[in-house]
Amino acid sequence: MPLLRACRPAAVSIASATLAGLLASSAAHAALGAPYQSIAADGAQLHAAIKVEARAAYEVHELTLASGTRVREYATPAGLVFAVTWNGPALPDLQQTLGTHFADYTMAAQTNPNGHRHLHYAGSDVVIESGGRMRAFFGRAYLKALLPAGVSATELR
Amino acid sequence: MNLIRTIAIAALVFALGSCGGKDTLTGSGGGGGGGGGNTIAGPAANVATIVANAGPSNSDVDTIFTSVTICAPGSTTNCQTIDNIEVDTGSSGLRILASVLTVVLPVTHDVNNNSYGECAQFVDGYSWGPLALADVTISGESAASLPIQVIGDTNFAGVPAPCAATSANSEDTVATFGANGILGVATTATDCGTDCESNIANGFYYACPAAANCGQSSIPLANQVQNPVFLFATDNNGVIVELPAVAAAGAGTVTGALVFGIDTQTNNASGSATVLAISPSTGPDGPGFLPITANGTTYTDGFLDTGSNGYYFDDSALPDCTNSSYSGFYCPSSTQSLTAALAAYSATGSSSTTTNVTISIANAETLLANYPAETAFNNLAGSFASSTASNASVSFDMGLPFFFGRNVYEAFEGKSSSAGAGPYVAF
Repeated sequence: MPLLRACRPAAVSIASATLAGLLASSAAHAALGAPYQSIAADGAQLHAAIKVEARAAYEVHELTLASGTRVREYATPAGLVFAVTWNGPALPDLQQTLGTHFADYTMAAQTNPNGHRHLHYAGSDVVIESGGRMRAFFGRAYLKALLPAGVSATELR
Repeated sequence: MNLIRTIAIAALVFALGSCGGKDTLTGSGGGGGGGGGNTIAGPAANVATIVANAGPSNSDVDTIFTSVTICAPGSTTNCQTIDNIEVDTGSSGLRILASVLTVVLPVTHDVNNNSYGECAQFVDGYSWGPLALADVTISGESAASLPIQVIGDTNFAGVPAPCAATSANSEDTVATFGANGILGVATTATDCGTDCESNIANGFYYACPAAANCGQSSIPLANQVQNPVFLFATDNNGVIVELPAVAAAGAGTVTGALVFGIDTQTNNASGSATVLAISPSTGPDGPGFLPITANGTTYTDGFLDTGSNGYYFDDSALPDCTNSSYSGFYCPSSTQSLTAALAAYSATGSSSTTTNVTISIANAETLLANYPAETAFNNLAGSFASSTASNASVSFDMGLPFFFGRNVYEAFEGKSSSAGAGPYVAF
């Protein structure tokens, strides 16, 4: 499990009661494609402020990391994380955020034609887009098969 | 790592009849776009030659390089001139690959005598290594004993876990980094700023008590990796990037100038350049941004960046290249033209100054395959899935293609010129 050892504990605030019972005891961070029910086990590693926003076809769980970077996890009604997005001054722990797709990200980086500032990987199952510079990174990764009906990738921010 | 050139060379075998001539462009003034015109400064103490070519990895496109001389602090003999240093207006500070260093530089320490290390983060990988002090000379301008980063020093502590978790791709060799080093001349004095003074988990800085076990660390401003230009005795309020125009079919080696100072010498006058404020370090998404509007979309976080090898912005009307070798670039069926309105940054969102530029977006696969010998293009573009928490901010990266045929001024934060207070861009 990747560590953010020096992360400082931050206040937990729940904007929606939907998953409050699941989340209240620990800030959580689930990997792309993982069931949300697994996140409690990860909570101790990533002390992060979190808020939950319910939208029509999914829920968005936003974590503010100690670096100031925000990670948003999109969960299907069935509880699977189908997308993650991030922005902020430092890259998040992408090993944890992308889960098994961290390997795709690494492979794409090694053959990346877009230099130090941009990366775009479109695999058969996952799309990973990452861009930016030190102090201002942006990124998005999503599983095509898990996108809820009527949800387009462009609304995943 | 950038494999475009490898791909393009392979394509040469098949691209019969393509125009692969190696032409060389040297700036001679005139032409170009933008109110400020396009003249390339001749040799002077405040002018460093820059060149766009394939770089030491022979794989780069739309990347510019210069030379720097570094000396052990206080020494006039323990010195080394290093070429193939990428010039980057999107970061601050000098970083050198350990593998090209021959001078021995003193590493820096915190108050507890722990060595400082840094995890420089890039989208395609991380670069880990210690901070060291060096006297830095670029052309005729010098800064004494400033912290730089040494990348890939095998004698230093290993990569900390949080650094490696940002990517599994370590860029600590010339081949993987694509340059012998990088000279960051962004509008900020240091690479992190006040956040790293107070925030231990800033993601970049570490303190290393021994040969291992580096822990995340805060770091005073003075100890952070410094933008050398801020520390020059004169000509320290900004830089001008001057590159000649290139044809739609690209160019091989393009030579231009990196000029230090704005309105400090006869060769760096603001003239009639349009001045656009950009966000300061305290801006909502950090320094260097200004709004750009194109095709009815306002990209709140636009920026000008020599460290990006294309225009990068999201536009659903432009198709991605389907050939994975050109992943991330756009491949429209024919070259597209786009007018973008750049507006001055305003904290209140009400901008008073706007100027239009027209950019060209070619089919990247066709372009790079047809012109395999060329390394400078003014029409490479790709997607940028930017986002912010507010769901209202998106980015438009005016990368190196924007700079061809323009003199682009970047005035530093906290400094000023005859044209006004920095930070701003002008062209």
